[in-house]
Amino acid sequence: MKWDEFFVTGDPMIYGADVSIVLTMVGILFYLTKYKKWKWLWDEWLTTVDHKKLGIMYIVSAVLMLFRGGVDALLMRTQLAVPEAKFLDSQHYNEIFTTHGTIMIIFMAMPFLIGLINVVVPLQIGARDVAYPYLNAVSFWTFFIGAMLFNISFVIGGSPSAGWTSYMPLASNELSPGPGQNYYLLGLQIAGIGTLLTGINFLVTILKMRAPGMTLFRMPMFTWSSLVTMVIIIFAFPILTVALALMTFDRLFGSHFFTLQGAGMDMLWANLFWLWGHPEVYIVILPAFGMFSEIISTFSRKTLFGYKAMIWSMLLIAGYSFLVWVHHFFTMGSGALVNSVFSITTMAIGIPTGVKIFNWLFTMYRGKIQFTTPMLWSLGFIVNFVIGGVTGVMLAMAAADYQYHNTYFLVSHFHYVLIAGTVFACFAGLIYWYPKMFGYKLNERIGKWVFWIFTIGFNVCFFPQYFLGLDGMPRRVYTYSEESGWGPLNMVSTIGGFMMGIAFLVLVYNMYYSFRFAKRETTGDAWDGRTLEWSTPTAMPPFYNFAKIPEVTGLDHFWRQKQAGKVEKLTANELKPIHMPSNSGVPFIMASFFFVAGFGMVFDWMWMAIIGLVGVFGTLIYRSFEYDDGYYVSVEEIIETEKISK
Amino acid sequence: MAHAETHDPNTPLEYRSEIGRLNILGFWIFLGAEIALFSTLFATYMVLTHRIADGPALGELFEVKSLLIQTFLLLTSSFTCGLAVHEMRRHNVKGLITWMVVTLGLGLGFLYFEIQEFLHFIHEGANIGTSAAWSGFFILVGTHGAHVTFGIFWVTMVLIQVAKRGLTPATSAKVFITSLYWHFLDVVWIFIFTAVYLMGMVMHHG
Repeated sequence: MKWDEFFVTGDPMIYGADVSIVLTMVGILFYLTKYKKWKWLWDEWLTTVDHKKLGIMYIVSAVLMLFRGGVDALLMRTQLAVPEAKFLDSQHYNEIFTTHGTIMIIFMAMPFLIGLINVVVPLQIGARDVAYPYLNAVSFWTFFIGAMLFNISFVIGGSPSAGWTSYMPLASNELSPGPGQNYYLLGLQIAGIGTLLTGINFLVTILKMRAPGMTLFRMPMFTWSSLVTMVIIIFAFPILTVALALMTFDRLFGSHFFTLQGAGMDMLWANLFWLWGHPEVYIVILPAFGMFSEIISTFSRKTLFGYKAMIWSMLLIAGYSFLVWVHHFFTMGSGALVNSVFSITTMAIGIPTGVKIFNWLFTMYRGKIQFTTPMLWSLGFIVNFVIGGVTGVMLAMAAADYQYHNTYFLVSHFHYVLIAGTVFACFAGLIYWYPKMFGYKLNERIGKWVFWIFTIGFNVCFFPQYFLGLDGMPRRVYTYSEESGWGPLNMVSTIGGFMMGIAFLVLVYNMYYSFRFAKRETTGDAWDGRTLEWSTPTAMPPFYNFAKIPEVTGLDHFWRQKQAGKVEKLTANELKPIHMPSNSGVPFIMASFFFVAGFGMVFDWMWMAIIGLVGVFGTLIYRSFEYDDGYYVSVEEIIETEKISK
Repeated sequence: MAHAETHDPNTPLEYRSEIGRLNILGFWIFLGAEIALFSTLFATYMVLTHRIADGPALGELFEVKSLLIQTFLLLTSSFTCGLAVHEMRRHNVKGLITWMVVTLGLGLGFLYFEIQEFLHFIHEGANIGTSAAWSGFFILVGTHGAHVTFGIFWVTMVLIQVAKRGLTPATSAKVFITSLYWHFLDVVWIFIFTAVYLMGMVMHHG
């Protein structure tokens, strides 16, 4: 392979990206060296097993990926703003919609939610950490390395271009030659390991680490939604693992699972992909539902309406999520009976979802609603998500789907559910728990600007796309003719897209502004909250979370304590030494070996892949022989920590 | 966590530390994920089993003798693995190690015959690239074989730790978890025996 095949060449935008990547790297290295931050970086972040820090790293990575995926989106919208534009050629456009979709789902939505789950769930259940803190670090670093491997594709070797669904035979060696598609396969495979481990980790954490008295039906709704999500992860992600492995074998080792030759079956990929892919949709929406439940309850000053109905509807959704995958390809030859069955299961999912919508509305009914920014996002979610849900039921009708399939109607539908559902929740959750993570709130006034610019921009961007779709505009086309008449609505859509981009910049500015000027929280209860994460005496919980594990007597325990004026004050004589896990650099090193192995596989350099895999197994063995029982935090240190913060 | 706990004397050693209990539960859940993984491989195999293109049919090459030897070795290894855990419960380190070494020997024997069989198939003109059916066969049975290989290394590592540290709540939980893994592979083999070999031969020979 020549160097000009190794690096992507010939496109001025890519050269610009090269320059900015190099400059950013140099800038970071310079900063770390000049201010002697290397040790700090290693001790505090790269080796940490603290769920709060891992959560923050997940969220920071997700925000970076939101930027990357957002730039992809704006490039596409720029190209489509006017008919027959020459801004991007067809190959480049294909690469960009592929990376946009993959990054937004796998490397933005999931880590954003998993990050918030990491920060919040152990606090909500009154635990000092997760069940397996070390494994949690492995999860984060494999996700991060998978994301980095995927992201370097656009400067080294070339990006995948077969869509985030990577249907065969389009994604085969014949039609997608080069390393691009391999990046997709290996990046997702490595990140998927981390996701599966997160699933197991948090399932055990929620089942076994709850504070005394917190029965399953006393858990906060966000914890419940996380529990259900983890179950879906555990059963759905192995399907992705297998599907990716089989395609990797097809591309690298000449097997015939999905190929046209050797009697392979291309539709098998579509089935396996969506057998994972549809549950995946619920993996990114259920935690969102959980967050909205917390926020709406907090800012309506009321206990969540229909607590048990909420839980049962989530469990129903989780079950149904495995029974609807065929609706992604109604038009691809399944026959009337099969289509009918999946049409009905798909519509049935609307029922438990509707139950949840009404429960949120009834929670607000006669509540004293406070219009804080997290609440605004939650209200925006209800309205916009319902638009996405209703068009989803339209798409669920198999016969009608022949009209909508592969058009902008579908594109608009899933952006209405994924943005108004997941992204609104990520913003709402980030703002809501921001004081828990950083000790101060984001500025509310700027936050409201972000909300209105984003929400209006979102509707300006995607509402016209329903009509473009009904008018026959197919998705994934890089341009269209003047005569099609799609020009004006596309221009409107592009304007909306850029409004969302501006809102993102204002959000980032708000982070900077609040870092500089926001009033620091003096208590742990920034929003007059209801659940245990707000009960820590300091704004940011100490690394051991709770000096004394709380005892829970019912739902919204902390709120009811406050109402009764019976919030317990900590006394020194009830403290005991706290056992905590030790930091470890092994997860980071292991993930680095995964990178080496993945990179080798991407370029079909087996020697490099073997070196990487040997390294991975080496770190596994090292860890197996390491007997580290953690350490104890002394009572004196606890007293000091709790006092300093008072 | 390491703080002192009081136990019923009948509580097995591996359940006596919180970390041991958590790890065992987590591993059971991991096995749930493994079931999803193998189910996907089985489904793939079933879908592709008759798609043989120009290559031989699956049942045409299967041989009863090799299959029975492999099955006998692996099923026996599951039994000896159970004996090892039984000895562990009696705090008999020597018995534990002895039976685990027997288990590993049987596992290695299984692998030997499986690799022989694969080489035989390849020699007869059936490899991973011959047809979709053979791709499905090699990946499904090969994934099981790779699990057995990994298990052999893993059990060996754990046995070294038992030899060095004796039976503690930590090492006994590790032994117990590897035994769960080993039995699980045995169960998967029973499905491979039935769904791949038995059905393949019945379909072919009628």
